[in-house]
Amino acid sequence: MAPFQFMDCAVTTLALGKSAQNLREFRDRIAEVPPQSISHHFYEALLRPVFDDPEYRNDFAVWARRQLHDNLLAERLGAIDPIEFESLETLRQEVIDIIEDRLAEATFVPWAASGHEFHFQRSQMVVLDTGLRASTPADLAARVPRLSTGSIFYHFVEGRRRPPIKVDDFSVWLAGWGPELEPTREAIAAIDYHLWSLTEMRTLIGAALHRLPRDSGGRSAGRGHDDDRTRDDERVHGEERAHGDERARGNEAPR
Amino acid sequence: MSGLLDSYARPAGPEVIDHLRQVARPLAGAKVVHVNSTATGGGVAEILRRLVPLMRELGIDASWELIDGDAEFFATTKTFHNALQGNKVDASRRALENYERINRENAARLRPALEAADFVFIHDPQPAALLRNQQGERHGRWIWRCHIDVSRPHRPIWKYLREFVRAYDASVFSLAAFAQPLPHPQYLIHPSIDPISEKNVLLPAHEVESVLDRFGLDRSRPILLQVSRFDRFKDPVGVIRAYHLVKPHAPVQLVLAGGTASDDPEGEDVLAEVRDAAAGDPDIHILLLPSDAHRDINALQRGATLVLQKSLREGFGLTVTEALWKGRPVIGGDTGGITLQVVDRHTGFLVSTPEGAAFRIRYLLSRPDLIAEMGKKGRKLVRENFLLTRHLREYMTLMLSLRHGAQDRLEIA
Repeated sequence: MAPFQFMDCAVTTLALGKSAQNLREFRDRIAEVPPQSISHHFYEALLRPVFDDPEYRNDFAVWARRQLHDNLLAERLGAIDPIEFESLETLRQEVIDIIEDRLAEATFVPWAASGHEFHFQRSQMVVLDTGLRASTPADLAARVPRLSTGSIFYHFVEGRRRPPIKVDDFSVWLAGWGPELEPTREAIAAIDYHLWSLTEMRTLIGAALHRLPRDSGGRSAGRGHDDDRTRDDERVHGEERAHGDERARGNEAPR
Repeated sequence: MSGLLDSYARPAGPEVIDHLRQVARPLAGAKVVHVNSTATGGGVAEILRRLVPLMRELGIDASWELIDGDAEFFATTKTFHNALQGNKVDASRRALENYERINRENAARLRPALEAADFVFIHDPQPAALLRNQQGERHGRWIWRCHIDVSRPHRPIWKYLREFVRAYDASVFSLAAFAQPLPHPQYLIHPSIDPISEKNVLLPAHEVESVLDRFGLDRSRPILLQVSRFDRFKDPVGVIRAYHLVKPHAPVQLVLAGGTASDDPEGEDVLAEVRDAAAGDPDIHILLLPSDAHRDINALQRGATLVLQKSLREGFGLTVTEALWKGRPVIGGDTGGITLQVVDRHTGFLVSTPEGAAFRIRYLLSRPDLIAEMGKKGRKLVRENFLLTRHLREYMTLMLSLRHGAQDRLEIA
């Protein structure tokens, strides 16, 4: 069994110099931007933290909701899972179809306020070999909590776009370790990349790998950096909470 | 080896430092020169002071050069700055000739360093004309880094500067809305804060308390804070209006902390308007702080219950980033870079009016648990997106990308 090769990636964003202020312009621009821009607004959007309702995990849906205030359109765009499309062109066509359907049924063309236009972007990805390898599932489990978010993006999100399509790199590699790892693979497969931030994905994958059967190399994942950092944050917040609590108490004080 | 880089492991996460080392490896030995016009004061110098040593620690041969200029030159570049931000101001032909002459002289002085560089980062308009004065074939890649909000520039000045900028290999803007039609790739790199700087480092509770006491603040009552220049776009009078709307419902104090804005002729007028609106209310504290009062600002942000940045127009809004890093929810104007940081209902609230700000202040003051929850989310948002380590990584990714012909996907063994 070849070792798992840990890769890392770094993404940088470029402006295309094209923007849209209303839904009709939005459709026209989506039809003409390079496919890399469609990819950017679906996939690289996942590099940003998750705070909003998870159905809005692509930039098009977020803009429809926040700036056009068109909830119906946002929900339809937000339901698109880009990995289900065989190419970026079919994905683009789906977006255009949804917008055209909305234009056909709407009584007016929604506009964004000045300063809140949609700015089309694209990204460049640099993929690096970290030189790190995992020889056993236990090695993998030990390493995952220390991976950068770029590495998680590369293996768990971007990996689904490489053959075998729709499967993350961890699951592909674990498949070679026989049926006893099937529960671990299922636990990893159950992590919906649409619903979590990259740091949360790292924690969840780490937790799934933590439950490896003993004969696969032992439970070596241990406590990862997230835990260390959480403790650090708690320490910081604990110190700051003293002030916050004072403020809160002050607010409740009689006038 | 323990160095500057390691001191970022705690705030940013050790895996972030590992990632930086990965990205830097193919750039080992590359000569990088940053050029700007000042070694102290201002956000650019603040960033470069840390960025350059960090690059060096990562094995990149980075250096930082300054251009010299006379008073007329800096008056002209101040005009450029204001014009790029949308003020309708123009420069005389004589001023432009002086700008070009100073750039020519600096190009001659810096020629050895600039010619030897693999990457030259030119920051802002002051040294933008250096490239035109390079002689012979260009060896390195030249990048114009614009830190200014150029979303709606005064066209005559932008058209003049554009002729210098066009020749660069790439430009970098802070937000997509600032990008301009140019014949080269335009990268988007958000600004960042330095988590180990005096302005952002964790302070002991007694220091925070002592600063609050020194400024006459009552630590037993809620403190609302806005840190910004006295500038109409920051809407300090609107903040006072919001405070007045909250005051009958909660025993709040308001702190407006800003610089003296000696280079801003409007600053004094706005300050007078602010004092007039405050009308001697002892719970409104107008603090004119020197530009190096970083620890005081830090303590005020940590001591505040809620932070406001009720701007009507904003570039990126690093004071928002600073407040979020300190676990304070921000009630911010729905404009510019504030919208990237204040994730409505999660790290704070976006508002468009003093009334909206007042309502959200009351809403949060009555929910201390929500303040704490938003504070945690805000800190997480900044840790993942707006720390200097991310800024450094993006500069290095940009260099790798340019070195390999700006491909969409680049695999480095």
